[in-house]
Amino acid sequence: MNKALHRLGEYTLLMTKAISLPDKWSMFFKQLVKEIYKLGVDSIWIVIIISIFIGTVIAIQISLNISSPLIPKFTIGYTTREIILLEFSSSIMCLILAGKIGSNIASEIGTMRVTEQIDAMEIMGVNSANFLILPKMIGLMVFIPVLVIFSMFTGIIGGYLASMVTPSLPTSAFEYGLQYFFNSYYVTYSIIKSVVYAFIISSIAAYFGYNVRGGALDVGKASTNAVVMSSIMILMADVIMTQLMLT
Amino acid sequence: MIEVKNIIKSFEGRTVLNNISAVFETGKTNLIIGRSGSGKTVMIKSIIGLIKPDSGQILYDNRDFTSMGKNELHVIRREMGMLFQGSALFDSMTVLENVLFPLDMFSKETKKEKIARAQFCLDRVNLSEAGNLYPSEISGGMMKRAAIARAIALKPKYLFCDEPNSGLDPKTALLIDDLIHSITIEYQITTVINTHDMNSVMNIGDNIIFIKEGVKEWEGNKDQVMNSTNKALNDFVFASDLFKKVKEAEMFNTES
Repeated sequence: MNKALHRLGEYTLLMTKAISLPDKWSMFFKQLVKEIYKLGVDSIWIVIIISIFIGTVIAIQISLNISSPLIPKFTIGYTTREIILLEFSSSIMCLILAGKIGSNIASEIGTMRVTEQIDAMEIMGVNSANFLILPKMIGLMVFIPVLVIFSMFTGIIGGYLASMVTPSLPTSAFEYGLQYFFNSYYVTYSIIKSVVYAFIISSIAAYFGYNVRGGALDVGKASTNAVVMSSIMILMADVIMTQLMLT
Repeated sequence: MIEVKNIIKSFEGRTVLNNISAVFETGKTNLIIGRSGSGKTVMIKSIIGLIKPDSGQILYDNRDFTSMGKNELHVIRREMGMLFQGSALFDSMTVLENVLFPLDMFSKETKKEKIARAQFCLDRVNLSEAGNLYPSEISGGMMKRAAIARAIALKPKYLFCDEPNSGLDPKTALLIDDLIHSITIEYQITTVINTHDMNSVMNIGDNIIFIKEGVKEWEGNKDQVMNSTNKALNDFVFASDLFKKVKEAEMFNTES
């Protein structure tokens, strides 16, 4: 319990140091563009590939499980859409991104710590937490919603592709199901969730990386801890936000 | 000039620095020497503010570093340059970008002037051709020189070097020593070097402080080292057979 409180205190102090006005705006924007490219744009392909396949699998599995003649076929398209919009593209996709981006951030900052690059910045008078962490946080909070929209779009395309090759899943019924009772708030809800997840992934990974002590082995440990902790926090935030925003 | 007055630092009940006082003069290479674990790294880290001493004062040209506020610290940090043991160059930047970094952060010069200054610093350390290379693409000696170029980019008043020769071959180590020494004299910088390289001691030791188990055991310069009768210092400096013979020869010459 003491350790947890100590970590929470350290995390809060680090965030206070990181979330402040940049020393130099031009350098901040330069870093921001770099981070958006490195953390966000580089993740587009993995998001597209995973979303297409998962969308396809969701559609096929639902079509196999809904065999009752009493349930209309368009339910498959409707359910696929709801799963993708409400949970998969935001929460599950962010859990996957926590693995990719979280470990990247923790290991990058951790390596900078153990090779004294962060100390070098501090000695120059640079607020290292602000310079290194804030662009990552803002970059991710700006770009993860874009990835979520990509995921929604490609996930539904995956489901549609499944309807084209699965006999028990007629394309016209799937299309009708996709449009049936569409609630645009679900898209907004997903995007809001993804912004919160982006903050969780970037800040927790940065915390674990920034506080590494030791060598390469400790960087690896920090990277793993960052992924585990941010995944747990994403799931907890998911429960809280679902309760707050959908009920 | 940097004055260290009675600094004490303990970790978990173990005193690592015990009431150390020293004066590091401007335009001289001031060396802190001692065995591994003697407290010299803690000493240099305390002087630059990476570790807060338990008590004592550190004065930078009569400005009390230990009681400075955030804004004053920001100002004085811009007067410091540091060469780390592992160079600490930023991996994601080229050599030129590394040297440009402090200028981009703190200088109000135009882009053209900043690049000219960075290029000048690289020329000064004979690295003019390596500007577009990444740290992973250059040798250890070149990395040290690049780190020196970055450290002097903002024309610092104080230069700190932590084990500048570690991992270098003797010839490159001498080149780095000479470079630090000449820069110190040329720009009248107060240079503090943390080392256990005896070649450095004999080569550039204008002022030497020997620390043993957290206590200042001896102070002098490279000429005085040769004639010192301090047993702990002699055991440390003249540990190898070669240096012992050099010392004996020197003593013999002095006596005769």
